[in-house]
Amino acid sequence: MESYIEQIRTLAVDLLKSGKVDVVIGYRRGSVPMATVPFMARTPEQAKQLTWDSHCTLNLANYLTNRQEKIGIIAKGCDSRNIVNHIVENKINRDQLHIIGVPCKGMVNPKELQTLLDDEIISCAETGSTLTIASSQAEIKIEREDHLRNNCSLCTHRNPVIYDDLVGEAVEEPVLDDPFKDVNAIEAMDADEKWNYFDDLLDGCIRCYACRNACPLCYCPTCFVDESDPQWVGKGQNDTDIKTFHFLRAFHCAGRCTDCGACEAACPMDIHVRAFTRKLIKDSKELFGWEAGMDISKRPPLDTFAPDDPNDFIK
Amino acid sequence: MKVIKIDKNKWTKGLDTARESYQLFGPVKIKENHCFAPLKRDQQPDMTVVDTVLSPKSTVFPQTEKLMTATLDTSKPNHHLMERADTDYSPRAVIGIRPFDARAIDLVKLNFDTKDHRDPYWCDAHDATTFVGLAVNTPSQFDFSTSMDSGPFDEKGLDVLLVDMDTGYLAKILTPKGEAFMACAGFNREATAGDLQKMEELKKAAEQAITTQVETDNLREKSLLDLHQAPFWDDVAFSCINCGTCTFVCPTCWCFDIQDETKGNNTTRFRNWDSCMSPLFTLHGSGHNPRGEKTQRVRQRFMHKLKYFLDKYDQGTMCVGCGRCVKSCPVNIDIREVCNVMNAYEPQK
Repeated sequence: MESYIEQIRTLAVDLLKSGKVDVVIGYRRGSVPMATVPFMARTPEQAKQLTWDSHCTLNLANYLTNRQEKIGIIAKGCDSRNIVNHIVENKINRDQLHIIGVPCKGMVNPKELQTLLDDEIISCAETGSTLTIASSQAEIKIEREDHLRNNCSLCTHRNPVIYDDLVGEAVEEPVLDDPFKDVNAIEAMDADEKWNYFDDLLDGCIRCYACRNACPLCYCPTCFVDESDPQWVGKGQNDTDIKTFHFLRAFHCAGRCTDCGACEAACPMDIHVRAFTRKLIKDSKELFGWEAGMDISKRPPLDTFAPDDPNDFIK
Repeated sequence: MKVIKIDKNKWTKGLDTARESYQLFGPVKIKENHCFAPLKRDQQPDMTVVDTVLSPKSTVFPQTEKLMTATLDTSKPNHHLMERADTDYSPRAVIGIRPFDARAIDLVKLNFDTKDHRDPYWCDAHDATTFVGLAVNTPSQFDFSTSMDSGPFDEKGLDVLLVDMDTGYLAKILTPKGEAFMACAGFNREATAGDLQKMEELKKAAEQAITTQVETDNLREKSLLDLHQAPFWDDVAFSCINCGTCTFVCPTCWCFDIQDETKGNNTTRFRNWDSCMSPLFTLHGSGHNPRGEKTQRVRQRFMHKLKYFLDKYDQGTMCVGCGRCVKSCPVNIDIREVCNVMNAYEPQK
């Protein structure tokens, strides 16, 4: 991590000094343990605040939408795939970007780390693959790999798929025996079980829309839940309205979601919203052989017509 | 002021007795998180949780609240007439509310119960409620309540302040409402001078354990327009994703939206929590949006909490230092840092 930080800063400072970019978007250290802040450096001096650790959980592609400047951007595997999405969907031009790719070793789940200690974590430091977390009473060392966020533990694209500079060496891509075990388990439920599962899944949602707003795919100028004429969805804490929001948002992400996990990282109520999007990732793969955000020359499957489409109705 | 001593092994029985006269609310674990909720018959409040993800503001200001109803059935004489919803305002008690949250309810009262307007829904709920607070013996790192005119043993807004003394609670009775609740629960053993001294020691220790100092002393004197036009807002707002998390977890955010919903002949008027982080919050019918840009919305939240409210009511800031927004913000926007920047800001002449 330390060498990553050095290289990120050097590259960012050079880009800003040479005038190749106007700004560099990355992360800086947060004010509390296990937090980073998406950050835009405008000067070489500010670029020295850029950092990298196991808490870079938000997706920086979210900060590119419709920007006009020349932008340097730090991108781990999932960010890079969402940058591809953004380019394909005309939310940013490839020419505007200088992508500093970072081979990712996975981000940790801070809530899981908190369960390892009785008192609140007041510091977290990392050296190589080891994190040292401490409360006022205890200190323990853990391995990053053992406490990854769920999406990171299922990730097979840790290396950026598009970049202009690569920080460090590419990392080995994991091969998963059963990448959709979680989705298969839900598919195997009968209708009642599914109903109860989704009821329970969304219990506690406060409709703050942090999941939507953290999502780089959710850039609609007016989200369907915010339309008032006509108003598609009720605004209150009604179960059906809450479900409608989550179902429709997930469908809008079909063939586009990269499983970056920003939605779950942002949710204050720990709702496993990826249960929806992961089903659509699986369908995209099985029906169309498609993985989102891998190639800037290809449009997403729900956006194109192909004569060999597996559905009959289209022929 | 009377202080009562309660053995922990008599606590549950006392609460059960009080349940016969009060509807109880308290912190309970819902899935992985603690929230304030009405306690079911056999449910006990979790008195160990330092703070809940959401504040207890919902006990007097539910996220979705039915205000009025009407029938559209023209055969009924009162058709199309909105009438106040039939809401239960029988006595209720919020058990285990933390002092900063009670302070927050006191501040919000300034908005809902003014000389000119009395919000009947909020005020009736507030009048029906007894706040049985629980002092914070071990403040979290996010707690900066002592900087915000509150503190771990603050009594403002409470009817009773409980202090966890390990084997029991000391209950400082602060109002007649509090006295009535304690009498109803059957708690009446007076504390000794030794107990009181121990309580003072715990108070001092808790206050000293809060290490974050936030500066607010200059905010009153600062020019509103200078702060409004200050150059730092773009940087503060850059990382903001404009979700409503900070406003929803905040104990003092009280903005709401009113909606009518009709099914068949039945119409209901609700209010729902709203958020100044949402562009829709200020969108005019004309299509104009005075806070169309993210930076304007972020600035609004901090200016309202730390400047407009202070200027309007002269009762301190509309932040009580609970630290929930700092903890829950997905991008770690830290109101402590923003407050210090505002407090120190000098415009370039």
